[in-house]
Amino acid sequence: MAIASSAQTRPAKTKPAPGKKASLERAAAWARRAPLLPALIFMIAVTQLPFVITIAISFFDWNALYPNDVKFGWFDNYVAVFTDEALRTSVITTIVLTVVVVLVSLVLGLAIALLLDRHFWGRGIVRTILITPFLIVPVASALLWKHALFNPEYGLLNGVLNWVGNLFGFQAPQPDWISLQPLGAIEVDLIWQWTPFMMLILLAGLQSRPLDVIEAARIDGATGWQVFRFMTLPHLRRYLELAALLGSIYIVQNFDAVFTITSGGLGTANLPYSIFQTFFLAHDYGAASAAGVVIVIGSLLLATFALRTVSTLLKEENR
Amino acid sequence: MARTARKRKSATLLLGLLAWAVGLLFVAPAAWMVLTSLHGEADAATNPPSLLAPLTLDGYANFLGSTSGASPIPPLLNSAMASIISTVLVLALSIPAAYALSIRPVKKWSDVMFFFLSTKMLPVVAGLLPIYLIAKSTGLLDSILLLVILYTSMNLPIAVWMMRSFLSEVPVEILEAAAIDGASLPAIFRRIIVPISGPGIAATALICFIFSWNELLFANVLTSTAAYTAPVFLTSFVTSQGLFLAKVCAAAVAISLPVLIAGFAAQDKLVQGLSLGAVK
Repeated sequence: MAIASSAQTRPAKTKPAPGKKASLERAAAWARRAPLLPALIFMIAVTQLPFVITIAISFFDWNALYPNDVKFGWFDNYVAVFTDEALRTSVITTIVLTVVVVLVSLVLGLAIALLLDRHFWGRGIVRTILITPFLIVPVASALLWKHALFNPEYGLLNGVLNWVGNLFGFQAPQPDWISLQPLGAIEVDLIWQWTPFMMLILLAGLQSRPLDVIEAARIDGATGWQVFRFMTLPHLRRYLELAALLGSIYIVQNFDAVFTITSGGLGTANLPYSIFQTFFLAHDYGAASAAGVVIVIGSLLLATFALRTVSTLLKEENR
Repeated sequence: MARTARKRKSATLLLGLLAWAVGLLFVAPAAWMVLTSLHGEADAATNPPSLLAPLTLDGYANFLGSTSGASPIPPLLNSAMASIISTVLVLALSIPAAYALSIRPVKKWSDVMFFFLSTKMLPVVAGLLPIYLIAKSTGLLDSILLLVILYTSMNLPIAVWMMRSFLSEVPVEILEAAAIDGASLPAIFRRIIVPISGPGIAATALICFIFSWNELLFANVLTSTAAYTAPVFLTSFVTSQGLFLAKVCAAAVAISLPVLIAGFAAQDKLVQGLSLGAVK
């Protein structure tokens, strides 16, 4: 458990002798801050400034197709955002997509990590092939599912159905997976890609368990389930939280799979895709910015909640 | 006793087989992609699937020569440049920052850590329009430099988090001993910190490279002809129909290859990095 042991951060620095000048102390504080500043300034410039500009633009009626017709519009855009049915739908789509993908891949990842935690022949090979989906470029993965697997005419899924049907002499159904379950199709692709990620983090957690304690529990007659429920799960809690948090950060913002598999059609447009569309297809800069501001506020609320989770990671360290 | 031992042995065997089955199930789509990329176009798009069709490199030849449309070489080079340069930049910024957050921590270091992480939780798409407008007015639109700046900001927070955990593992005693012996800060970095946290630095670099190489949204919106990347190139296949299935799969395999090779080669470091250094 590196987190627990690694830090107890550095011991408090020795205070300067009472007689020393305050300016010296200040200089030392700046010397300490200096290495941090480039990264901090860079992040503020590249991530915070654009948001400030987004807030400014959100109060203007500005459509790029009518560049001479830009004017201050007070809260017009916000009214439009909150009354926009499509945007409300995409909020729900984003939530459903994120929750389903994170939960399913977390549970699958945990099950697979538990399997891989045991010794068996070829464990290294199995781990290696399991990582593969995570390493495939997301657009490539989405294309693979869309064209090579889900396609109703020559995709592998229907191909296998047909093959089994021929084997037993019946006419296998040949569903059009993507139009039948558009969001489901995207979820399957994302679950396929993110389960290995969850599995890797949880496997690392499993392998950092103190084995002697578990051995002792077993000798005392604890069943496998008891060991899992009362020792493994509590130990894994932090890893589960970390995996869920990181997974959510990336899946909330997913653009690649939605763009590639359905192009936001059939009710699958999530927030990133809708805003992308408002910017670059509808050219309504004002409305898109207002939507952006609303999303940032929503994300901040979620992030505060999520950061509290992470803060247990940091607190533990400060014991 | 012997019976429980045998029972346990068969359970181990069964669970091992189950693990293999799950592993094969997960890799099957990827394996299918590779197999399809090695079939002729006519054999690639059959139903039921033709597993035993003759193998050919036509799909890759079509992809490289790109019988329809542009050559994939410029976007691959663009991707390589943007990913590698931004990864180097991320390391150059995150290592000193992590030093200031762990080895000689500034006051309120955990607030700074939260600030970095919170930037990851803001949806990038909400900042896209201003970035587009600024890039347009400064002439940075459709340039590798713009991608480098954005990818650096995208990966820097995670890199700072990872690097901080790795640097925290450097024992203070060694650092203090070196300082007493009169070693300068650069020397301490080169001689102590880099050797000890080398694997951590490698893990951080690998993850930054993977996320930059995979990035689509920025590249799709902010580049067009000069700086478009491999994932953007792949989107030209989004609507392509069955005629080119082998070529689509060849493209998907070829563009994923750098990440696959790097990821397989550095599995353990990947695990370490993904858990933000939470695991030794």
